[in-house]
Amino acid sequence: MSDWALQTHGLVKRFGGITATDRVTLRVERGARHALIGPNGAGKTTLINQLTGVLAPSEGRVELAGRDITALAPHRRVALGLARTFQINQLFASLTPLQSLALAVGNRAGIGWRWWQPLGHDAAVAAECEQLITQFRLAEHAERVTRELPYGKRRLLEIALAVALKPSVLLLDEPAAGVPTAERRDILDTVAALPADVSVLLIEHDMDLVFSFARRITVLVNGAVLTEGTPDAIAADPRVRAVYLGDDHPMPAGAGHG
Amino acid sequence: MGEVAAWIAVAAVPLVFGQHAALINEIAILALFAMSLDLILGYAGIVSLGHAAYFGAGAYGAALFAKHVMPDPLLGLAVGTSAGALLGLATSPMIVRGTDLTRLMVTMGIALVLLELANKFDNITGGIDGLQGVVIGPLLGVFEFDLGARVASFYSLAVLFIAFVLLRRIVHSPLGVSMQALRDNRLRLMSLGASVPARLAAVYTLGAALAGAAGALLTQTTGFVSLDVLEFHRSADVMLALVIGGTGWLWGGPIGAVAFKLMHDLLSAVTTQYWTFWIGLFLVVLMLVGRERLFRPWLWWRRGFVR
Repeated sequence: MSDWALQTHGLVKRFGGITATDRVTLRVERGARHALIGPNGAGKTTLINQLTGVLAPSEGRVELAGRDITALAPHRRVALGLARTFQINQLFASLTPLQSLALAVGNRAGIGWRWWQPLGHDAAVAAECEQLITQFRLAEHAERVTRELPYGKRRLLEIALAVALKPSVLLLDEPAAGVPTAERRDILDTVAALPADVSVLLIEHDMDLVFSFARRITVLVNGAVLTEGTPDAIAADPRVRAVYLGDDHPMPAGAGHG
Repeated sequence: MGEVAAWIAVAAVPLVFGQHAALINEIAILALFAMSLDLILGYAGIVSLGHAAYFGAGAYGAALFAKHVMPDPLLGLAVGTSAGALLGLATSPMIVRGTDLTRLMVTMGIALVLLELANKFDNITGGIDGLQGVVIGPLLGVFEFDLGARVASFYSLAVLFIAFVLLRRIVHSPLGVSMQALRDNRLRLMSLGASVPARLAAVYTLGAALAGAAGALLTQTTGFVSLDVLEFHRSADVMLALVIGGTGWLWGGPIGAVAFKLMHDLLSAVTTQYWTFWIGLFLVVLMLVGRERLFRPWLWWRRGFVR
C-alpha cells in the first residue's frame, strides 16, 4: 500500500500549443487537509478534471492509494473512493435533496440498478440519507425540489452528495464560491466537520478558508507547481506573495515563473 | 387511487363499446408502443425517429414464430418482445453517445436499413405483399381470436396494463429515478459513480422490448404482417401520439394514443383525404401554445401566466 491517498506523477496536459498542466507531481497524504491554490488561469480546474477522469492527461499518471487509475472512466474512480464537488453546482434540479442523496447512497451501496423497489425503500439507505440531511442542515428542505432551494442550501447539498459516497479522497472545488455571507458559516462548519480519515484536497480562492482549513498548501502557477509547504511557510514565501497573496488582481501572464 | 379507477374504466371499455373492439385493439397497441417511446424519450431523454425498427422486429418475430414454430400467442408475444429487446441491445451502442441530432438521424437510419432489409429478403418476410399464412392459435388454448376483435382487444389491453404496472414500478425505482437524474445532470450522475452509457443502454433495450411486444400484438391480433410495420410513418405517428399525450409521465402514451386514433377516425370520416392537414395544424398549435394553456384556457387570464 502506498503512503499517499492520491498522487500524480509528471502530469502534463496540452491543448494545442498551450500547456495547461506542466509536469505536476502532487502528493496528498492519508487524512490530509491539503489546499491547492493559484491565481485565475493557473490550471486548477484542468488538474482536477484529470484527477477525476473527465480529461485524459497528455503525459504522466494518476494514482489512488498506489493504484494507477490514469485510464479509468470517471465513474470507476468514484467506485474506488474518489469523490468531488463542483465549483458550479451540478445538481439534479427536478429531484429533492432526499432523492438525490438516496441515489448517491444507493449507488455506493450497490443497489443503483435495482428496479423493483421504490427509491429509498431500503432501510439502511433511508437511515443514512436522514443522517446526511441532518448533518448538512437540509432538514426543512429535504422534500423540496432542488431548483427551489436557496443557493447556500444547494451548495450544502453539493457537498453532501460527495460525502454520501463515503470517499477516501474528497476533492472540494471552491465550496464557498458565491455563497452569501449569511450562509457561509454553514459551509465552513460542514467542511471543518468532515471525517478525519477522509483525505481532502481543497481548491479555493478564499484565503481565510484555506488558511483556517489546510495543513498543507500547494501553489499552482501557469500550470506548474510553484511551491508546496505548510501554511506558515507558504504565507512567508516571497514568490507566493508576489504572484498571489495580497494581490486581488489576476496575475500577468508569464510572471512568477521562478 | 385515481390510477386504479382509470384502469377499471379502461377494462370496462371493451365491454361497453364492444362494436368498436377493433379500434380499441388498435388504440391499445399504439398506447403500448407510445409508452415504450415515452420510456426512452420522456425518461431517458433519447430522441428517436426510428422506433418502428423495434415494433417491426417484434411484429416479424411473432409472425415468423407463429408460421414456422408454433401458433401459441403468449409464446409468440415472448418471442416478439425478445426480438425487439435483442435489436435494441444490439443498436444501443450507437445511441448512448452523441447529440440529439445524431440520435435522431441514427435511429431513423436504423429503421430505414431494417425496412430495406425486410424488403430485400422477401423470401423470409413476404416483402411488399406481406407475410402470408400466419395463423395464431387460441389465447391460453381457449379463446379464439374472432373477427370482431373482442378477444384481441382484451388481450392487448391486458398486455398494456401489465406493461404499465411494470414501468410504473421501474420509474420510481433507483434505476428509474437515475434516468430523471441523467436528464437533469449527466455529469453529476457520473460523479456519483453511475455508468451513464450502461444505464442508457438498459433503458433503450427495455423500450425496444416493449415496442417489440406492441409489434407482436399487432401481428397476432390481425393475423398479418407487412413492410408497413417498419415504415417511417409508424415512427412519426408514435412520436406524435406521445407528444399529444405528454412525455415523461407514463399516461402520456395511452392518452395520446386515444386522442390520435380518435382524431384520425373522426377526421377521416369528415374529410378522407385531408386528415393530415388537420393533425398537422393541431400539432403546430399544440407546440406553439403549449399543452398546459391549450387544455386549460382559463389559465390564460391568470396573472403571471402570460409573460
